Amino acid sequence: MSQNGHKVIGTRPIRHDGVDKVTGRAIYGADIQLTGLLYGAIKRSPHPHARIKHIDTSRAEAHPGVRAVVTAHDLPQIADKIADLGEAIVNLRDSSNNVLAYGKVLYKGHAVAGVAAINLHVAQEAVELIDVEYELLPHVTGVLEAMEDGAPILHEDMKTTSMGEETDKVSNIANHFQHKMGEPDDGFAEADVVIEREFTTQTVHQGYIESHNATALWNEEGQLTVWTSTQGAFAVRDQLAEILQMPVSKVKIVPLEIGGGFGGKISVYLDPVAALLSKKTGHPVKMTMTRDEVFEATGPTPGSYLKVKMGATSDGRLTAATAYMAYEAGAYPGSPVGAGAGCIFTPYDIPNVQIDGYDVCVNKPKTNAYRAPGATNAAYASETVVDEICEKIGMDPLEFRVKNGAKEGGRRADGPVHPRIGCIETTQAALNSEHYQSTLEKTANGKVRGRGVASGYWFNFNGGRSAISVSINPDGTINMLEGSTDIGGSRASIAMQLAETIGLEATDIKPYVVDTDSIGYTDVTGGSRTTFGTGYAAHATGLALIREIKERASKLWDVPADAIDFADGVFSYKDDAEKRGTFKEVASQAGDAGGPVVAQVSTNPDGSGGGAFATHVVDVEVDRETGKVDILRYTAVQDAGTAIHPSYVEGQMQGGVVQGIGWGLNEEYIYNDEGSMTNASFLDYRMPTTLDLPMIETIIVEVPNESHPYGVRGVGEVPIVPPPAALSNAIYDATGVRLRDLPMSPPRVQKAVAENGG
Amino acid sequence: MHAFDYATPESVADAVVMLSDHGENACVLAGGTDLIVQLRENRRRTDLVVDVKKIAELNALSYNVATGLTIGAAVPCYRIYGDAEIAAAYPGLMDAAKLVGGTGIQGRASLGGNLCNASPAGDTIPPMIVLGGEAEIAGPAGTRNVAVEDFCTAPGRTVLADGEFLVSLRFPAPAPNSGAFYRRFIPRNEMDIAVVGVGASVVLSGDGSSFVSARIAIGAVAPTPLFVSEAGAALAGQPVSDESIQRAADIARDAARPISDMRGTAEYRKHLTSVLTRRVLQGAVQRAKE
Repeated sequence: MSQNGHKVIGTRPIRHDGVDKVTGRAIYGADIQLTGLLYGAIKRSPHPHARIKHIDTSRAEAHPGVRAVVTAHDLPQIADKIADLGEAIVNLRDSSNNVLAYGKVLYKGHAVAGVAAINLHVAQEAVELIDVEYELLPHVTGVLEAMEDGAPILHEDMKTTSMGEETDKVSNIANHFQHKMGEPDDGFAEADVVIEREFTTQTVHQGYIESHNATALWNEEGQLTVWTSTQGAFAVRDQLAEILQMPVSKVKIVPLEIGGGFGGKISVYLDPVAALLSKKTGHPVKMTMTRDEVFEATGPTPGSYLKVKMGATSDGRLTAATAYMAYEAGAYPGSPVGAGAGCIFTPYDIPNVQIDGYDVCVNKPKTNAYRAPGATNAAYASETVVDEICEKIGMDPLEFRVKNGAKEGGRRADGPVHPRIGCIETTQAALNSEHYQSTLEKTANGKVRGRGVASGYWFNFNGGRSAISVSINPDGTINMLEGSTDIGGSRASIAMQLAETIGLEATDIKPYVVDTDSIGYTDVTGGSRTTFGTGYAAHATGLALIREIKERASKLWDVPADAIDFADGVFSYKDDAEKRGTFKEVASQAGDAGGPVVAQVSTNPDGSGGGAFATHVVDVEVDRETGKVDILRYTAVQDAGTAIHPSYVEGQMQGGVVQGIGWGLNEEYIYNDEGSMTNASFLDYRMPTTLDLPMIETIIVEVPNESHPYGVRGVGEVPIVPPPAALSNAIYDATGVRLRDLPMSPPRVQKAVAENGG
Repeated sequence: MHAFDYATPESVADAVVMLSDHGENACVLAGGTDLIVQLRENRRRTDLVVDVKKIAELNALSYNVATGLTIGAAVPCYRIYGDAEIAAAYPGLMDAAKLVGGTGIQGRASLGGNLCNASPAGDTIPPMIVLGGEAEIAGPAGTRNVAVEDFCTAPGRTVLADGEFLVSLRFPAPAPNSGAFYRRFIPRNEMDIAVVGVGASVVLSGDGSSFVSARIAIGAVAPTPLFVSEAGAALAGQPVSDESIQRAADIARDAARPISDMRGTAEYRKHLTSVLTRRVLQGAVQRAKE
């Protein structure tokens, strides 16, 4: 028995998909093989910004083994249409132009044409035979440069929207918005300490190990089937239907196992091109990206510029905060600056706040969601300013956070009022942790050491549509079909919620992620919603099954259904001790009383419930001569609401921390003067390896989410938010130098330390 | 990747004939950890790949205290550091052999291949230079020997002429009171490419108080791995001290001619050359005293 009277929730069963994954039997996108399969490749722009004057595909089409070539002229031209993909809002006309460039290329790597051939090598050779005539245009890759008057303009027809109104100004600034509450000027006047600092962050990629892939078959009756790895099969279906201008009923998406997504596998890239090539050839067509294509032509998360000002009284009360946040959208509007603005000051209760956000187009790939999109950039700025305030007023940074922590009834600057949340509990747990209470030697091995802390917030999407379909086997076990693709152990956590509800073991439930024709519409796995939202549906499914089994038992036992009790996994009739049985016992007989037992449930919870808070503590060791930062110890504390499967909660926390460490220390897109990324490989795009990290320690705090039957909060995203700020604060503690530009890579740290007499 | 032929000669003579027939349109495959990547990424194009792993001389690995060490050009790193006697005699070489790629790569990658790939950042080249390594080359005109420091001529270019290939590497037996050390700087702890690499070997006086001789080589700071003879010469006859070591480190730094790229600025690389040379000399001295 776990805590809170739960039998399954809070335990750590082996995941249902685990054995197939560790033995290599799980089927991923690249494993698909079909009769008559052709292989596709993409012709990409070598220029960051150019007008396409002419595309000549004749040499490629004449090349032996080539079966078809497609360009944007094979795509229907569609009008502006806004679609909500769950973690990002997109304009489908932009999506279409991003899939195959129409008129202009807007970044190096922008797809221009697709080829299908008898094998990959022929397809790749044919790509080289496509002749594209470009008129080169000046390019801009930095967010502040792109905002200047006179900057090269990406979209000649795009006018800036400012404070909700479209202006007449053509610029790269797609949108400027403002959130304001209280009077910041008055708040700063009350403050004894005011700190204002500027920060920059660079473009970073999710770095999932599996590259994008799609295999499409457009059959003779116009039915399109696509096998792909995605975070949202229905989102892919709907995007394809729009981009290809066909009914959704003609599109079926078969989601395969996914080798990492982190937000980056929601938008489509290859799928429409593979579909067009299949339509043209009458064969199935398979496409997979190389790693450099993944870096240069999918959706990283943006570089940004932030200016943050915060004020506090000398007794440690925050009085005001302002932020100027400019985020790179990439080639098309839609950076996560809005999300960043909703998160930046949210761990604190501050009476006077103003936040200005700018969404800015630059000649880089269209950015996309990445684990708490926008929030990490924001926290890097706000959490290091908080650290500086604490230093100035001489207050412990975690005590300061407890004192100013967000709580029920307070509100975010962008509007919503907090329900019951675990912000203060999380910070208090970090303050009480053995790690934070331990002593750190300040020097060792000729190197200096320091400790830093930072907090973070992510909304969590406590809603969305989810469907579950179950059938009971003759032995009383259950097959559970769901539409939520599993990117982080959600099959197990959803099956466990169904098992808990009906009194079975987790292993009695066999969960399957199925195609879009086999289950009701289910929103993407994103926004940390799946264990919450599809778990919510699983609980409702359990209640439906209990009702149904009571009906069946009523027939089997010849007693009224409403006189049958269900408790502790046992159905019983109070007047007859013989008339009782476990769920399995009764369910296995139920088929005799009305046919097979099945249930289908769909849910769409209301979206309230509050988000996730995290506070991290890190100890670092800095080699002042080389600038290298080693992590000695790292503890992540987080409110999970209720941890359904604690191992997977811990795994999500550890994974988020590791990605945040990479972002903080080494990861960045490095551009040359020609607007070309120079490090599009895992050699020079430096993600941390296991040898760069200690075991990440975790402390799970459980403040149940009142809008979920089991108290679940999403856990996957917020752990990436604090690490860069925590590292900056730790590096300061070690060296006396504050770093305000990411990444805090060895050359940057060495230079900063040397310039400050270190 | 373009289509090519593949051959597996079993003698040095047969390999020379194949390579001579195809000239610059042939390339040599040992472990393949560089070549296969380059072919797949269209960074190299070839009509013929000559796999030399079936030639006995290229798989030779022998050591004795009188004649020193011979390493066939295709011997993978794991065989070298897996030989306890060789590992004990050449710890400075093991520093590099153990950090080429990762464990999987070390099962295929060879020192010979690392040298022929002629990357300025090749990790095994500075230690081979400071250990006085010599390359035995076979070709249409017979065999010839070239000092390792003279082998690389530009990034990806070597002294090998059409029809020639590397057969083996030879190193003298370690002198008494000698020690060698290699270290690179990378932003991570493994699976990375050197921003700067420095190898040093020293011979100390019997009491360990002064340098008899020293050799220093630096990587990733010039078009080829660089033998900085003047840095070693400055140590000869000097006492083992922080001052003498720092002087050699400054000379190495001044000899570095790095470029700025995504792995580091020229200024940062020169700074690191000094830091690493000092640390590597300290390590070599420590080993010489052990």
